[in-house]
Order: sequence, then structure tokens, then C-alpha cells
Amino acid sequence: MIKLDEIQKRLLREIADLHTVPEGAYNIRSNSQSAGRQSTANIEIVPKTSVSGLDIRIKPGTKNESVHIPVVLTQTGIKELVYNDFYIGEDCDVTIVAGCGIDNCGTQDSEHDGIHRFYVGKNARIKYVEKHYGSGDGSGKRILNPGTEVYQEENSTVEMEMVQIKGVDDTERTTTAELAEGAKLVVRERLMTHGDQRAVSAYVISLNGKNASADIVSRSVARDDSFQKFEAKIVGNAECHGHTECDSIIMDNGRILAVPALEANDVDAALVHEAAIGKIAGDQLIKLMTLGLTEQEAEEQIINGF
Amino acid sequence: MLELKNISFEVSSGGRNREIVRNVDITIPDNKLVVITGPNGGGKSTVAKLIAGIEKPTSGRIIMNGEDITDLGITERARLGIGFAFQQPVRFKGINVIDLIRIAAGGKLTVAAACDYLSAVGLCARDYIGREVNSSLSGGELKRIEIATVLARGSVIAVFDEPEAGIDLWSFRNLIEVFQRMRTEIKDNSILIISHQERILDIADEIIVLKDGAVQMRGSRDEIFPKLAGTPSAVQECRKNGPWKGAEPA
Repeated sequence: MIKLDEIQKRLLREIADLHTVPEGAYNIRSNSQSAGRQSTANIEIVPKTSVSGLDIRIKPGTKNESVHIPVVLTQTGIKELVYNDFYIGEDCDVTIVAGCGIDNCGTQDSEHDGIHRFYVGKNARIKYVEKHYGSGDGSGKRILNPGTEVYQEENSTVEMEMVQIKGVDDTERTTTAELAEGAKLVVRERLMTHGDQRAVSAYVISLNGKNASADIVSRSVARDDSFQKFEAKIVGNAECHGHTECDSIIMDNGRILAVPALEANDVDAALVHEAAIGKIAGDQLIKLMTLGLTEQEAEEQIINGF
Repeated sequence: MLELKNISFEVSSGGRNREIVRNVDITIPDNKLVVITGPNGGGKSTVAKLIAGIEKPTSGRIIMNGEDITDLGITERARLGIGFAFQQPVRFKGINVIDLIRIAAGGKLTVAAACDYLSAVGLCARDYIGREVNSSLSGGELKRIEIATVLARGSVIAVFDEPEAGIDLWSFRNLIEVFQRMRTEIKDNSILIISHQERILDIADEIIVLKDGAVQMRGSRDEIFPKLAGTPSAVQECRKNGPWKGAEPA
């Protein structure tokens, strides 16, 4: 395994809570190279040959195991496109932790574009956690463009937690999902932009089978001069339930565009969207101030929790 | 001890100034439970907000234990020990019940200790501690959590603005017990409750009646309570003073 420096270790802590080498299967990618990889009896991680990336195969029936595939970039000027494909067997119950941290102290842009495809077998259940973080005070931008494609077979469950903590200058996230009968998708996205950052997050979720359901909730904060666009489209092609919710706090000169969309192609499709953008409510600040916080502390508390 | 000295509060609406509170003198002594009551629109909630620093008086001074706190902000007053339970508790997305209780307690607090505060207001702590303080909670639940935050602060002067507002009768019965317990456990602190409820008035040491922004009556519970019982009902008042003046009951 390649030895990681302190900045790389710090990024790993931020994005994947990793203090040491993780248990179970993992691949740590650092500056476009594998800094360590381990497969297990049930989870096989194999590098792709035609393009950059990994094939991750999880045997049917694998339970309570995890896969970590964090990425860190600390060299300025790196631009990479990576394809990771997950094949999750029937009846699995696994946790997948991804995430990318970029530290850019140089003058050139650093960019990681990760395309993740999930093929989720019948009755399988996965929890996917993805954190994005940027640091470094160089003038080069930190750019992350994750693409996520999810294909869910009957009665599978996918729970996704996607967080962009701070420091990512430019991001375009696209997430698409196709759900078969009885499949369930839950997404919790949290996004914070500051400075003159720009973030676009777009979802297209197709509920194709009877009783398929999706619940997409995005909470975001746009500070300083940053801009965010949230597009969520749920397509109901059968008797199904879909819900999308976008809650945003806008501060300073931030700008937010929320574009929720619903498409029902079946009379029994039940689809709901909610979107709300607003500044922090005055009575929320007052309540926290009556508990002894200053106005600024109250504001931070509300943003951090959001 | 908290003293409101000659406090007035004006708001301007439609280009005209309106006096909500007029030359009010109120003293909240140590180790006492004081209830302010009176008709709607009489200025009760405004007085509570003036004490917490949410509103600033147009004139007059507010003195706490000898210190003039009139010009202090909400945070500074909170840090001096003024607790305030909102009539309509605020909802937060992204803040859990335990977070709110921890903030109230001023930092680190074990889950067990936080649970004690919830139990004290009659909530099964385990069911609530990890929940978000959002609209999934009912009015009664929010009200109890609100009171738990004031308990967790350990306030020197705890102000409760209409704890009965917005909750059903059953929940209120249980809340009364919470206040009764607070009353018996008073020590080096005082409690001010804004309320219309007979059962709250019944546990007061002192009652102040505020009407049209001014103190109409004040005194011990034994002195004031019987007088209130004989107060004409709102309907009678309307008949006497409203557009139906003189109308006979149907």
C-alpha cells in the first residue's frame, strides 16, 4: 500500500470517517493511483481494463459487510474520469461508502468525475454514503461531477446519503434510477455552497413497477455569492409512490433555482413534490438566542443541522 | 427579583402609534409563581416578550436583581438567567430534540440527563430524543419540548407565554402537573406564567390582571382569584360594549 501523507489522511477522515485502513473490502484511490485495495470472500474489487475504474461484485446473500472506495486528490491539475460499477447480488444487505476529497493548493483546476452504476439484485438492500469535500487555498478550482445510475430489481431497497460538506467550487451531480416492482429508493442530499461556488443537482427517477417508491429529499444552504440549481423529476409509469422535497436556506447574495417535476404515466401513480426556499426564519434565531446563543451562533447551529 | 418600572410599549400601524402596554409596574419576587392574566389583546404576551428582550420598551426600565437590563439583548438576558417558553414553539428542520435541550443546558449533556428533562414534562424520552423538532410533532408535543428547554436552562426567571395555547384539554391536564411540580420545587428562582387557565391561576402565589395594556388588578391568589370568578363573560362584555350594545340575550 502506498503511504498516505497527512493531507491525504485528513481528506479520508473528512469524506469517509476513516482513521485507519477500513475493515472489509476497500479501494483507496489517491492522485489517480490505487493506494490500497482489498477484496473479501464475498466482495470482489477488480480494476477495469478498458477505462479507469473498478468492477465491484458482491455475491448474492452477502449480509452486514461494507465496501469503502474513497478518492483523494492532492496534486493540482489532475483531471480524471472514473467508472465504478457495482453488481449487488440478490438478498444482499451491504453498506457502500464512497466520497471524494480534493485539496488544491496550486493554480490549476483539479477535477474528479466519478460515474457510479449500481445494479441491485432482487430483495437486496444497500446503503450508499457519499461525501464530497474540498480544501486548499490555491487559485485552482476543485471540481467534482458525480454521475450516479441506479438499476433496482424487484423489492430491492437503496438508501443514499449524499453530502457536499464544503470547499467544492463547481459540481454537477446527476442521479438517475430505474425501479422495478416493489423497489424502494430513499435519497437524502445535503449541500452547502459558499464563496462563488456553483452546484447543480439533477435527478430523474423512473418508477416502472407496481408499488415502486421513491423519496428524494434535498436540503441545501447557499451562502455568499454561490449558486445552486436543484432539479428533481419523478416519473410514475405504474401504480407507485413518489415524493420529492427541496428545502433551501438562502443567505447573503446566494441564489437558488429549484425545479421540481412530476410525470405521471399511470392513473395510479401518486406523486408529490414540495419545494421551499427562504432565509433563516427570525423566530428560529430568537428561540436559540433565548437559549443563550448569540445571533451568529444561532445561525451556524441552524445551518450545520440543516 | 425582576422589576418592570413604568414600562410602555408602542407600535406604529397605518401611520398611527398604538400603545400596547401603558405605564406598567410589575414586580416578580424571588421564589414566587406569578400569573399574568386578562382579556385577549390586553398586552400580556407583549410584557413577556419585553422581559425576554424580544421587544424593547418605548419607555421605562427593567431591573433584574438590582441590575438595569433594559438595554440588554435577548442573548445577554438569557445568559443572566431569563428563560422564555414561546406561546407558539418554533419548529426547526435539522435540529433534533436532544440538540435543542443540549443548547438550552449550555453544552454537553448526557442523553440520560436530557431524557430526564423530557420525562419531567411527561414525554417518553426514548421516543422523542432523536426526533427532529419539525412539523411531524403535534402542538402538545412541541409545547412540552419547549417547556423542557426552559427547565434545562435552569432559569432564574422562567417566563411561560400561554402554555395552554394550541393544545388539547387532555394534554393540558398533564401539563398542569408539570407546573404544579415546578411550583413545589421553586428555589432561588421565580416563575411567570401568562395564562387564562383557572387551574394555572389556582397555583399562583400572585395574580396580575392586565387589561388594555395596563395593570387592572394585582394581589395574592386568594385576593384576586375570587374576583376573577365573578368577571362577566366575553359574550356579556360584547353585549355591553360592542355593536350590539343593549341587546337582550336571545
